Amino acid sequence: MAVLAFVDTQEGKITKSSYEVVSYAAKVAEKEGGEAVAITYGDVDNGDLEALGKYGAKKVLINKSVTNMLPTKLAKLTAAAAEQEGADIIVFAQDFTGKSVAPILSAKLKAGLVSGAVDYPDTTDGFVVKKNVFSGKAFAMYKVNTEKKVISILPNSVGKEEVDGTAQVEEFSADLGDSRITVTNVEKANTDGGIPLTEADLVVSAGRGLKGPENWGMIEELANKLGAATACSRPVADVGWRPHHEHVGQTGIAIRPNLYIAVGISGAIQHLAGVNGSKVIVVINTDPEAPFFKAADYGIVGDAFEVVPKLNKAIEAFQAEN
Amino acid sequence: MKILVGISKAPDTTTKIKFTNDNKEFDESGVQFIVNPYDEWYALVRGIEIKEAQGGSVTTITVGKEDVDPIIRKALAVGADDAVRIDSEPKDAFHVASQIANYAKENDYDMVLLGKETINYNGSQVGGMVAEIMDLPYISNASKMDLDGNKATIVRDIQGGKETLEVETPFVLSAAKGMAEQRIPNMRGIMAARSKKLEVVEPVDAEELTEVVSYALPPEKGDVKLVDPENVEELVELLHKEAKVI
Ligand SMILES: Cc1cc2nc3c(=O)[nH]c(=O)nc-3n(C[C@H](O)[C@H](O)[C@H](O)COP(=O)(O)OP(=O)(O)OC[C@H]3O[C@@H](n4cnc5c(N)ncnc54)[C@H](O)[C@@H]3O)c2cc1C
Ligand SMILES: Nc1ncnc2c1ncn2[C@@H]1O[C@H](COP(=O)(O)O)[C@@H](O)[C@H]1O
Repeated sequence: MAVLAFVDTQEGKITKSSYEVVSYAAKVAEKEGGEAVAITYGDVDNGDLEALGKYGAKKVLINKSVTNMLPTKLAKLTAAAAEQEGADIIVFAQDFTGKSVAPILSAKLKAGLVSGAVDYPDTTDGFVVKKNVFSGKAFAMYKVNTEKKVISILPNSVGKEEVDGTAQVEEFSADLGDSRITVTNVEKANTDGGIPLTEADLVVSAGRGLKGPENWGMIEELANKLGAATACSRPVADVGWRPHHEHVGQTGIAIRPNLYIAVGISGAIQHLAGVNGSKVIVVINTDPEAPFFKAADYGIVGDAFEVVPKLNKAIEAFQAEN
Repeated sequence: MKILVGISKAPDTTTKIKFTNDNKEFDESGVQFIVNPYDEWYALVRGIEIKEAQGGSVTTITVGKEDVDPIIRKALAVGADDAVRIDSEPKDAFHVASQIANYAKENDYDMVLLGKETINYNGSQVGGMVAEIMDLPYISNASKMDLDGNKATIVRDIQGGKETLEVETPFVLSAAKGMAEQRIPNMRGIMAARSKKLEVVEPVDAEELTEVVSYALPPEKGDVKLVDPENVEELVELLHKEAKVI
């Protein structure tokens, strides 16, 4: 038995959450008594593929002819790899790629899908996987009743573990059919070289409390100092103070960084829904009654226009020392 | 264009989530239900806009029991022409997708529009499954769609950016923010919705591949540690030494 890890790539680079996927697959394989195999695509450096062994992959299959992220092709590729390797469990990251490919694969193989898994399977009574539901306000234990299973894990929820090893790399081809979709353009979200929000370990976010777009300089400075991505609340994106792709929450994107700093955001339940998976939350708000303080680990009751510049200085001093 | 839009029921976004029956069921008491925002604001409204611009029809489809009828009426009030309800408890994504795919296949739609995800189960599963069962192209997380005859130019979110693509009808699409602007139904729409056709259809046999065995709430957060605004150095220290995140 093998556990197959779907490893996503972008312009020849393995995405961050793919390492978590490989590590997860390796742990499940160990428990089930099998090996972790990775399937990937694109023009990736052989050394990078071998290095997946450090996260537990024994073998990496690569198809260099697939160059874009069209879900139907990627699902066919993954299904063919699963068949060759005799893999009954296939693992994805619950990101844009996983969200598009995993359900197609699930229907193709009639394999039950748990999307947004936050833990390893519990096999004491069947095959049960814990996942996020109600926009992070609760968890559900999903039992998978089929022999084949597809799991997509929420990024930054299970972590990854390093082991000793190098993976054996093999070219892999399969009949992927003709695509009925023609890709005409791909535009990168962060042309300014910033850190993509979905991949960021640290995030600095601000809301209506900042009064206007001209006041974001200190927020960007804080983010730059920390190596963090920037985010915002919905009204701020709606009125155009900040770009739409920064909008986090129930109707924006959901993130789970290690640190989320919220400045001048009240902490409405729809906002919390997108950030409540963060490991540590810091809130800076003038209003001690702001609901966000209830969800926070650390807080400063104070005026952002005074606190943030001070914080920038303090971080500078800290970084000079460390 | 003959358009089918998947409409699901979701608890209002402010709902405090609780469970009953030994944490085996979602406690619906006192919960206000709404149309899943992605279905209503983006998939449905874009479908209606296309119909308004070039004619055709918009039918909504919902897999559920009678309790979803008020939600279906809301979608009709926004401007769908008619509705279909597949009379089956929507327990599992594959079961739901099989129902939608079967109905769509029999009735020849040019496009099946869904939301990018339900805010209660956040599966992002149904769209891809419908496409696979129908053997149609799947365009996930679409934020823009323009039509020229039967050729659609679509922008979708991909990991790290946006992709523009072209595809001919028929296809299955899941809609995200940007696709359309929310429409608040007016009185006339609400009145008209009452007399629009809501057809109830028997489900086809379809497996449930997964089931929920229980629910749990996240552990309560401890009290927030407040830091004096005059002493932000302490916050930096705590983030470094205690939380170990910087
Ligand atoms: C269906 C639905 C979906 C939604 N989805 C989302 C979503 O995805 N994401 C989202 O963010 N919202 C969402 N919302 C909106 C949400 O309900 C809130 O309205 C929104 O999050 C509030 O944004 P805010 O905190 O920036 O602004 P406000 O609520 O106006 O809060 C501003 C805060 O700044 C503080 N403040 C003011 N001045 C200062 C200062 N000088 N220094 C420090 N603090 C200051 C105030 O005390 C206040 O707490 C949704 C709403 C609905 C109905
Ligand atoms: N019970 C249902 N009836 C009709 N459509 C549904 C149902 N459940 C989900 N959908 C559609 O499928 C989309 C994705 O749902 P999900 O895969 O559950 O996140 C939703 O946005 C709806 O458009």
